[in-house]
Amino acid sequence: MNLDSLVSVQNLSRFYGNFCAVKDISFEVKRGQILGFLGPNGAGKTTTMQVITGTLAPTIGQISIAGYDLLDFPLKAKGAIGYLPEQPPLYKEMRVVEYLHFCAKLHRIPRTEVANAVSRVLDQCGLEKVSQRLIGNLSKGYQQRVGIAQAVIHTPSVVILDEPTIGLDPIQIREIRDLIRRLGEEHSVILSTHILPEVQAVCNHVQIINNGQLIFNGSIDDLFSQKQSNVMQIALHRPPDIQLLKQIQGVKEVELQKNNRFRIQYIGDNTPTEILVEKSVVGNWGLYELIPEHRSLEQVFVALMDADEMPSTNESALEKKDTISTMEAG
Amino acid sequence: MWIIAARELRSLFLSPLAWSILGAVQVICGWFFALQVYLFVQPNVQADLAMNPDAPGLTAMVVAFLFDWIGIVLLLVLPLLTMRLISEERRNNTLPLLLSAPVSMTSIILGKFLGMMGFFLILLTMLMLMPLSLLFGGSLDFGQIASGLLGAILFLGALTALGLYISTLTAQPTVAAFSTFAAFLLLWMFDWAEGVGEQNSVLSYLAITKHYQPLVKGLFSTTDVIYYVLFIALFLILSIKRLDSDRLQ
Repeated sequence: MNLDSLVSVQNLSRFYGNFCAVKDISFEVKRGQILGFLGPNGAGKTTTMQVITGTLAPTIGQISIAGYDLLDFPLKAKGAIGYLPEQPPLYKEMRVVEYLHFCAKLHRIPRTEVANAVSRVLDQCGLEKVSQRLIGNLSKGYQQRVGIAQAVIHTPSVVILDEPTIGLDPIQIREIRDLIRRLGEEHSVILSTHILPEVQAVCNHVQIINNGQLIFNGSIDDLFSQKQSNVMQIALHRPPDIQLLKQIQGVKEVELQKNNRFRIQYIGDNTPTEILVEKSVVGNWGLYELIPEHRSLEQVFVALMDADEMPSTNESALEKKDTISTMEAG
Repeated sequence: MWIIAARELRSLFLSPLAWSILGAVQVICGWFFALQVYLFVQPNVQADLAMNPDAPGLTAMVVAFLFDWIGIVLLLVLPLLTMRLISEERRNNTLPLLLSAPVSMTSIILGKFLGMMGFFLILLTMLMLMPLSLLFGGSLDFGQIASGLLGAILFLGALTALGLYISTLTAQPTVAAFSTFAAFLLLWMFDWAEGVGEQNSVLSYLAITKHYQPLVKGLFSTTDVIYYVLFIALFLILSIKRLDSDRLQ
């Protein structure tokens, strides 16, 4: 097994009775990766995370953390994990400091280093001001931070965060994202979320899961390469007849919009930009704007979901670029 | 394991419940203790005792009675304490913290059990101060007290193990409390089956209070001790299995 691969999941399936929550998922997370785990509600994100952290047993499949199999060496594997569940596991009647001390000891931090570890995470998560307060009296955002502090107190090699930025204000979200980025430098981080910009902001690797199946697994750049659509918009001062535009090589469809704007759809990679510009100069169309249309991450996500819902589901969504494009057109 | 036990004990004292139980039990037992002492020093009782060559001594009369009461009072109080052991963790979603930490199921359950027992040890220590105060005016049979104390610890251990198991079954502390209470009452009532007929002797043998009495009277029998030890072990193992099966569902 690759030494740098901190989490390895093989053929994982999980059933609740007859209901299959996760179907035959395999993936690896390497050191330094921040993996964004995307999916609509009920897609199996939380189940997958629970299985990786050992709070749920897999029905089928093998999981190893930092080289230790979760079934054969549960304690060693769990020691390498820091986990923040969807609802932060906080004892509301304890003070923040007491709670973190307890967590530090629970994670087998040597007695002499407990105090250091606690003050480190208090600093990292911006909790110094509230360290003496009861957890139950803290706001949701601070409770979330205590939850994150708990997950990183033992500097685990794998940090698993289930929707960590829920309930935080925009400034806190930025701070937490910075924290996650810093964690990603030394550890690997798995981050589940359904907030798409968050993935864009912090992750360098993306997995999309739907109906218990992995429908996309690749770097964030792979995902962005899917974002390029074959549509551009031009604006002309003195537009020619729309038929002239349609005759340009590679152009598939032209649509007239307001203020002499045209939405031009072209086939595949035949970007007609050059020809367009030439013709505009020759024909004195007065081209003053040319914008290639980018699909937002949201559109890519929706397109991937839609592709997955289509009948022939089992291939990777990457190979279905064409299908997606046509759907986008329609 | 000890970390979980320590947290459990600390959490107990962070809630008013533990303090009020400590106080209430102390007052109730103190009242009966005082009554019994008062009865003991009545002239006519003293006269009776002096006439009778097999008369019970101070320990047998006062301390044994106190232990009986401790047993009954705690049987009523204990469900309130054990109910929250696991079901509250479930309800507050704190269980994943323990499950994803590098601790085994066994340590979680044993930690919870020991934390609870720690509380009862504190309670019993406080209650034991009352009989010890008799030393000012008389002598005590320390053998009988030790045996009674052992009996009380084992008896409470057995009840705690059962309460812990019931607590693992549900996410609602009140449901756990009521079921535990019903189970205790049933186990106690087995004892009354004795009067009904010979064929019920197995039932009455299973009665949880049945094995407490001899120890209180100072009769140390390995059968009784083993009964409690087995009872505790059985329900602790069931709790571990139950918590483990959560992961499998």
